[in-house]
Amino acid sequence: MTLEDVARHGVEAAVAAGATDAEAWAEEAVSRRVRVYDGEVESLSDAGGRGVGVRAFVDGRSGYAYGTDLSEDGVRGVAAAARAAAEVADPDEYGGLPDEFGAAAVEGLASPELAGWSTERKVELTLAVERAARERPGVTQVENAVYSDAEGSVALANSRGFAGGYDATQAWAYASAFAGEGTDLMTGLGVGLGRDPGELDPEAIGAEAADRALALVGARQPESRRCPVVLDAFVAASFIGFIGSMLSADAVQRGRSLFADREGDEIADAALALADDATLADGPSSAPFDGEGSPSRRTPLIEGGRLLTFLFDARTARQAGRATTANATRGSYRAPPSVGTNNLVLEPGERDLEGLFADAGDGLYVTDVAGLHSGVNPVSGTFSVGASGRLLESGAPAGPVRELTIASDLVSMLKAVRAVGSEARWVPFGGSVKAPPILIGEMSVSGS
Amino acid sequence: MSLVDPALATTVLERALSRGGDFAELYAEARHGFSISLDDGRVERPQDGRERGACVRVVQGESSYYGHVDGHGEEDLLRVAGSVAQAVRGEARGPAALGAATPAGGHAIETRPEEVEAARKADLLRACDERARSAGQEITQVRVGYAESRREVEVFNSEGRAAADDRTRVRLGVQVVARRDGRVETGSDTRGGHAGWELVEADPEAVAGKAAQRALTLLDAVDAPTGRLPVVVGNGFGGVLLHEAVGHGLEADAVQKRASVYAGHLGDQLAEPFVTAYDDGSRANDWGSDGIDDEGTPTRRTTVIEDGRLVSYLYDVVRARKDQVESTGNGRRESFRHLPVPRMTNTFFAPGDATPEALIGEIERGLYAVSFGGGQVEPATGDFVFGVSEGYLIEGGKVTAPVRGATLVGNGLEALRAVDGIADDLEIASGYCGKAGQTVPAGVGQPHVRIRELTVGGTAS
Repeated sequence: MTLEDVARHGVEAAVAAGATDAEAWAEEAVSRRVRVYDGEVESLSDAGGRGVGVRAFVDGRSGYAYGTDLSEDGVRGVAAAARAAAEVADPDEYGGLPDEFGAAAVEGLASPELAGWSTERKVELTLAVERAARERPGVTQVENAVYSDAEGSVALANSRGFAGGYDATQAWAYASAFAGEGTDLMTGLGVGLGRDPGELDPEAIGAEAADRALALVGARQPESRRCPVVLDAFVAASFIGFIGSMLSADAVQRGRSLFADREGDEIADAALALADDATLADGPSSAPFDGEGSPSRRTPLIEGGRLLTFLFDARTARQAGRATTANATRGSYRAPPSVGTNNLVLEPGERDLEGLFADAGDGLYVTDVAGLHSGVNPVSGTFSVGASGRLLESGAPAGPVRELTIASDLVSMLKAVRAVGSEARWVPFGGSVKAPPILIGEMSVSGS
Repeated sequence: MSLVDPALATTVLERALSRGGDFAELYAEARHGFSISLDDGRVERPQDGRERGACVRVVQGESSYYGHVDGHGEEDLLRVAGSVAQAVRGEARGPAALGAATPAGGHAIETRPEEVEAARKADLLRACDERARSAGQEITQVRVGYAESRREVEVFNSEGRAAADDRTRVRLGVQVVARRDGRVETGSDTRGGHAGWELVEADPEAVAGKAAQRALTLLDAVDAPTGRLPVVVGNGFGGVLLHEAVGHGLEADAVQKRASVYAGHLGDQLAEPFVTAYDDGSRANDWGSDGIDDEGTPTRRTTVIEDGRLVSYLYDVVRARKDQVESTGNGRRESFRHLPVPRMTNTFFAPGDATPEALIGEIERGLYAVSFGGGQVEPATGDFVFGVSEGYLIEGGKVTAPVRGATLVGNGLEALRAVDGIADDLEIASGYCGKAGQTVPAGVGQPHVRIRELTVGGTAS
């Protein structure tokens, strides 16, 4: 059976088992991962996986099941389990498949180049990442240099006649480097991503890891203060990713978002513009349709500081009397779709990093935060997170600092944005986010 | 009811070693999980999942080559073994003879959760919802989750090991939101174990009651203090501090790469003589326990800190081979899709002889950190950050007002050295631990522990 056959069969089997509506998501992927250490291959993997997940609706109740057995009997078993699971759920008046389906034209999701790369060349690339980090004077260790890629296919079908599929490729590499010794050992992360290994720059990834570690050598705990704070692109992306998750209509409707009742309000400085966009050729989470078959699109979320909309799937849209924004996301076939961000894009501004430093004057440049997800109260938005970086003196980077916390609440922070940087990049952790550095007018920094 | 016949396993290992290698392993797994949740008064998201798969690994020198596949079909297993062998350069070797894989046992399951009707699981969620809501009118939201899993595992390796395990886990979690005027606070609690339905069947409402109490308490919270203060860390989930700030640094992969601040400290006195800590994957029915680890090594109790001295790291097979020691049974993996790495099982401080009241009574001004929302540590430096989800001020030797927004910032080595009191009330809690892109169940625990001084990052100015 082809992947589309599997999906269609899953839908038919669920309906045959008594579902009033059904949907099946089938996927398969092959992936390769190379990890090198000290100039040698530490591990190398070659993996294949496939599976199917079926969502069955029975009179307003829904159940989900998944499995790795894609034989006819296997898929029938998954469909029957989804149908059985639906029995124990309570009815949901807003549940059900979307009312309209389709696929947007999204180019460039799969690179044909990936297939042409031998394992040996991928190992060479990974070694080059490690070398680039290790060769920087002052680097004492490269803990990890990792290359990974995946070539995947997806098929989605439902009982309202939708059937679609797409292929996508990903390649990424990262390295973590150490500088300094003992308890003064500092770490730095370098990362790059693309559709195939040819889009990765091993020297830049290794050098970034090294430079981030080197910049922190000799870091001390600073004195507590309130001051302007520049968040680098990694850190800005982490915060933006968190804010994006708070814009989910599901979080809003369940009373778990500090942005509930704030639609239309000014929640950020006018310099801030944020969109969710699943149609970008280079977006890691781009796709022609979302996890339930709604065509992908670009959704402006914040413009001129004003909150324009939340992120909806079919269910939350129905409850709000709105249209879906195609934000039913799926991590894999092992879970039903849920409301989430696709690619979040923070529009760049006009100031480069030096310009942001100059605007900050005396302040703090944060290059790493720890504990963001445990440190932010998702309902009130207050947070206190561990951080490291450099002090800024008269607009220039000065002594490195660590063991400090920065504290504020998300809305105050968004309103205190004074400038958005011009140099945006994709950051693949905490969701898929493209962000430049940002300057926050004032935050509470606590150290000694 | 075996997953892979020993004769087939032998053929797979032969194929895996056909181009050389020091060690080969076949790991096969069948997983079945069911979960269901309740939110906003509605039972939803019932989910049932079944997966079968296998992983073949060949180790040559310091390099590991591996591949995984869905299913246990002969053709698939031999194909993945052949593909893994392609990466190896050397002389073919033969594996040792294999016997049948016999299940390890050790963790009694009274009632198999998959044999309990799904409707009873939905009722369990409703009972928790009701209890949490009855705690006060200020409770505005309740979320309850129940999950069960069964993992049947078989491990065969080229040194003749044939081992099996049948692992059943259940877990109940409750999250509660309370509101008063403009103030919103959350509280949560969980109960989980390597156990059957009996674990959650007994008074599940207690979990809901505790979560509700935490949220209500925080409504009266004051801003957290800032500065260097003595801290008493609560028992049970408070052990996440040990797990993050010490345990990860004892995992042999980090140590061997000198990516741990504990590297080179074996035998050193790192804490006061009354401090002892264990990793123990054999504790009956605890959340982080198994019969064998994911390389077939029986789980056991490993003393990591004895009378204040660092006495052992935590090993899997590959890292143990490098240090010429035995594996400590800490080779764990999330699933057949992952390579095993050294991981903690249940990690905890041994009980002391103080009482929690005595530890608190000696503090003029400090913080009582009962529970953490989570934490993060950089193993290379030992630097850690923890969000305190339930905390109180200590004033004049007494626990007084609850605080919100406190963060503990410090360094593992320094914090360990600063442990100046341990109580007698050991408790183990159920958590999930993420490392190298893999999430595994991990038990964290301790009695009440006092740390002389830690940096508290608060919101009060």
